[in-house]
Amino acid sequence: MYDGAKIIPGLIIFVVLATFAIWYGAGDVKQVPKPEKPVGYTNCVKPTQEMKESHMTLLNQWRDEVIREGKREQVEAGGKMYEKSLQNGCMHCHTSKEKFCDVCHSYASVRPYCWDCHMSAKKIKGLEEAI
Amino acid sequence: MKVLYPFIAVLALVAVALVGSQISGLQYLLGIALPYLAFAIFLGGFVYRVLQWAKTPVPFRIPTTCGQGKSLSWIKRDPLDCPNNKLEVAGRMFLEIFLFRSLFRNTKAEIGEGPQLSYGSSKYLWLFGILFHYSFLVIILRHLRLFTEPIPLFVKVIEFGDGILQLGAPTIYQTDLVLLGAVAFLLGRRLIMPQLRYISLPADYFPLLLIFAIAVSGILMRWVFRVDIIAVKQLTDGIASFSPVLPDGIGAMFFVHVVLVCTLLIYFPFSKLMHMGGVFLSPTRNMSNNSRAVRHINPWNDPNIKPHSYADYEDEFREFMVEAGLPVDKELPPAEKKEE
Ligand code: HEC
Ligand code: HEC
Ligand code: HEC
Repeated sequence: MYDGAKIIPGLIIFVVLATFAIWYGAGDVKQVPKPEKPVGYTNCVKPTQEMKESHMTLLNQWRDEVIREGKREQVEAGGKMYEKSLQNGCMHCHTSKEKFCDVCHSYASVRPYCWDCHMSAKKIKGLEEAI
Repeated sequence: MKVLYPFIAVLALVAVALVGSQISGLQYLLGIALPYLAFAIFLGGFVYRVLQWAKTPVPFRIPTTCGQGKSLSWIKRDPLDCPNNKLEVAGRMFLEIFLFRSLFRNTKAEIGEGPQLSYGSSKYLWLFGILFHYSFLVIILRHLRLFTEPIPLFVKVIEFGDGILQLGAPTIYQTDLVLLGAVAFLLGRRLIMPQLRYISLPADYFPLLLIFAIAVSGILMRWVFRVDIIAVKQLTDGIASFSPVLPDGIGAMFFVHVVLVCTLLIYFPFSKLMHMGGVFLSPTRNMSNNSRAVRHINPWNDPNIKPHSYADYEDEFREFMVEAGLPVDKELPPAEKKEE
């Protein structure tokens, strides 16, 4: 008794599952996200490479500093001072959440829950108009 | 000693990756060539091993019974522990593969006052084993976000569930912590318990240390030595779609992680890790225990070899047996005895 009739199909299923990443979405055009650069500014609050790697760590640090320690002092970028804030800092320069943050995040499959409470510039504008 | 060499091997791999990540020629080798090679060896080796097993004949029913088999109608039977048909075998295999039922039966023996030997249930191995395997599965599935574009829905669902604690940024994944804890337990168990240390070999320590190092490098890459995930996905997705590119600015930690993972893939088909495929082929689990009800005839019996019962055998060799002083069912005829 060799049971080939069961083992071979099992093996085929394994190979199909193991190569999922290869055949799923094969042939689709791969697009690398191009976040919109802010106009009128040249520098971010930290060197660009550092921002690409760990902007979320910085945001977390800002959040702790502002809310837990009350350190609201401003941060410097390109010789000017900006608020240490998600909505009024980052979004002051990176005005569009959709064309900046979301472009990368959907590619990397992260959905920061920050926007449950914080508002993007567009929403704030809409709110101001409503008032 | 038996843990020392695997430990040195893992450290050496980390060192190689750290050096390689600094040299751009080697970055191609470690980041692109090695993953292709490793995956090919993993897949090819896995299939080869299973086909090798499939070629091994299993002539007899050798299931282990852990409960009452099918008997008279009024005797309560245990269909999962002594399966009698394919459906019950499927149930037993399901519990084995998805819930590690054999490990759940793990016991520990203790010598108490008296001296008295007592057996108690010991569920820790099962608990940490199952935590380990399921965390590992979730982590592997989560990694699909780096290899697929668009990302399938189930990956997003798993990511959401795994990050449900919403602690910190980047969010903490429960499975990362559970995996580390469980591997630490499985390793500590072999190092601390004397009986287990005695039977543990380098081949037991190496995969545990390797998986521990993989988890640590991944966690470091996420929280301490961060890398540019967008660049990483360009590389990984490029590999999966056979159009690899090597964007610059990927941190060294990524290469450490990749080299360790590739080592695991290459090592896999040659090691005890093949139990991933082997569990499906365990003859003591996947056969129905019905040899009382069904006569199983070995399919490759030579039809020229006729059955030879013990009575026939004794008839043939009775003289020699008596001579050698062996007990026989039927004595030699008395007439012959007298002649002697
Ligand atoms: C003073 C305006 C300004 C502020 C405030 C600012 N940025 Fe930037 N940011 C920039 C500019 C300009 C660039 C582009 C730099 C370049 O092209 O080298 C940039 C680049 C980036 C990048 C890299 C984008 C890429 O193209 O890969 C990220 C990520 C980023 N910013 C996130 C943030 C976050 C998060 C905050 C808030 C913590 C923030 N920025 C605050 C101006 C700003
Ligand atoms: C439950 C609602 C909630 C969520 C979710 C949330 N925040 Fe906040 N956040 C607040 C509140 C309230 C403040 C206080 C605002 C103040 O005092 O100026 C704040 C303040 C901050 C600040 C400093 C001040 C400012 O104006 O930005 C930062 C930075 C920040 N949050 C970042 C984040 C990040 C990053 C995330 C996602 C990982 C996040 N927050 C998610 C409610 C939230
Ligand atoms: C250059 C691409 C890029 C841009 C632009 C970008 N991000 Fe991100 N962000 C990422 C990547 C990649 C991750 C995921 C990192 C990981 O999984 O380790 C991430 C993760 C995060 C996280 C942590 C999410 C989590 O739950 O783990 C937060 C918070 C975040 N980004 C905030 C922002 C905000 C706010 C902006 C816009 C001002 C922004 N990012 C713009 C690439 C980007």
